Amino acid sequence: MEARGLVKQYGRITAVDHVDVTVNAGDVYGFLGPNGAGKTTTLRMMLGLIYPTGGSVRVFGRDPITEGAAALEGVAGFVEAPRFYPYLSARKNLEMMASYDGNGARDRVEAVLDTVEMTARADDKVGGYSHGMRQRLGIAGALLRDPKLLILDEPATGLDPGGMRDMRALIRRLADDGMTVLLSSHLLAEVEELCDRVAIVRAGRIVYEGAISDLKATAETAYRVRTNDNTRALEICAAQAGVSAVRADGLEIRMEANEPAMAELSVALVHANLKIHALVPETATLEDLFFHLTEGSTPGEISAPVIDQLAAGGAA
Amino acid sequence: MRPGVWTVYRWELRKLISLKRTYLGLAAAAGVPLSFAITLALKKGQPNDVPFGAYVHQSGLAIPLVLLTFASAFLLPLITALVAGDIVAAEDQNGTLKTILTRSVQRGHVFFGKVLAALTYTIVSLVLLGGVSIVAGSLVSGFNPLRSLSGTTVSATSALWLVLASFAVYLVPLGTICLVGVMYSTVTRNSAAAVVGTLVTVLLIELVGILPGLGFLQPYLLTRQFPAWQGLLRQPIDWSPITHSIWVCALYGVPAVIAGYLVFLRRDVAGG
Ligand SMILES: Nc1ncnc2c1ncn2[C@@H]1O[C@H](COP(=O)(O)OP(=O)(O)O)[C@@H](O)[C@H]1O
Ligand SMILES: [Mg+2]
Repeated sequence: MEARGLVKQYGRITAVDHVDVTVNAGDVYGFLGPNGAGKTTTLRMMLGLIYPTGGSVRVFGRDPITEGAAALEGVAGFVEAPRFYPYLSARKNLEMMASYDGNGARDRVEAVLDTVEMTARADDKVGGYSHGMRQRLGIAGALLRDPKLLILDEPATGLDPGGMRDMRALIRRLADDGMTVLLSSHLLAEVEELCDRVAIVRAGRIVYEGAISDLKATAETAYRVRTNDNTRALEICAAQAGVSAVRADGLEIRMEANEPAMAELSVALVHANLKIHALVPETATLEDLFFHLTEGSTPGEISAPVIDQLAAGGAA
Repeated sequence: MRPGVWTVYRWELRKLISLKRTYLGLAAAAGVPLSFAITLALKKGQPNDVPFGAYVHQSGLAIPLVLLTFASAFLLPLITALVAGDIVAAEDQNGTLKTILTRSVQRGHVFFGKVLAALTYTIVSLVLLGGVSIVAGSLVSGFNPLRSLSGTTVSATSALWLVLASFAVYLVPLGTICLVGVMYSTVTRNSAAAVVGTLVTVLLIELVGILPGLGFLQPYLLTRQFPAWQGLLRQPIDWSPITHSIWVCALYGVPAVIAGYLVFLRRDVAGG
């Protein structure tokens, strides 16, 4: 799945502003951003529900905007809370969706009810369902299509802690079975737990795209170091490339650096025959970075490399 | 088999069967002729100012024809609009458009499946109104020969065929109102607005018909096509109002369908 330069304007509001996203086969891809960042709007364009003001989408090489439903072969998912006909039972709702899918989906109804553990309540009208049951039914509806790419928009939002855990376990299970997943979320922890790649979106723009591990590595974070000879350590730290804002702070030395620079620094300290008592990153780095990226005044002020290494081969 | 118009049509019918709103209209379509027949059985009077009104006590077959005139003012357009105005807008209000438009059916197929379902409902309500009024009318006033509008007497059996044909001719303007209703349903995305919009349109067209100085428009007004069936009840049969009705109704129906289709195809599904 590939989105290039996607733009969506609602009147004078630019909900999505030149978004590029590449999801490769096998990815569990996180689409992370605070509320109102434009996640849902982007996913709607990928599903052919709304027409972009500019840019293009390719899903398995086809264009959902010009080809409509025909381009959604192998793709399933929902945006915001999934909706059903409240006056029909869950099973009837699924049977209807399956009819609209064709492709043998009717034979999968019982299996997907089982997957989301809804068989017992399948004959009750959806009107009486809780939010959590509807979310699960939404996943069931998506699985009917036997998708290769599953698009989920904040599927765990609004669930109680148990429901959230179950939902994440379900997504993890589907991903482990080889499904490609595009998961939008405003929760960093969720994306960190489930995804290997991430696009961070803020005010309609991508401020970071790449592997979560790379994101962590490039984060400039505060570190505290304590050695057996802080006076000498201070000189070495100050001289070390990639380390900045070095100052003594009581028994410790504080500085800012990213992970690779810190690794180099620890080697330098050891070479100088210093004993490292402690080397501690100051904060939960990703959380900080996320806030910095999504709430800072200028998007992209952190020079996060936009990693496009996979764009060349096997784009889903 | 790839899902298409037929798939959507079948599920739209199933949904209509599960909806209360459906039975409201059908109950009216059956209840009005029933109570009319019962009233006639109990009272001597008759509606003299409508075609066939004077014969309601002589032949039961006059009763469905009188009802056609009565029902065209408000009842049948209302029953039709109630479902046609809801059929797309309800999906907007439920947020279910995104549910069906992310499957493998094309938008155009969804639209035409809905159009067919709304038309089917219109036909069913008209059949119900006709069937009940023929049976109840014949029970009350007898399955008797009918006096045609040309003054000749038509045997009961021929009259029955003419009554059935009249309902078929009546379906042309009523079906057109259905198409207008679906168009409003698509454009307004709001069920109540679409129902009211359809009825207001019918009333406005009727109003244009009675405004002084606009009399030349009368033959081209949608509501003036309702009495076209009366051509069948002349001897020999006068086909001209019927063919006229068909092309005038097409002037309303075809643009309504095209407009609804294009809007449905091009629109953003941003709600729900
Ligand atoms: N149908 C719409 N009409 C007008 N503005 C909209 C519409 N949908 C979304 N927006 C605006 O676009 C922005 C992005 O919204 P959305 O994509 O829902 O964000 P997210 O899913 O990341 O919370 C918001 O400012 C929202 O107000
Ligand atoms: Mg959202």
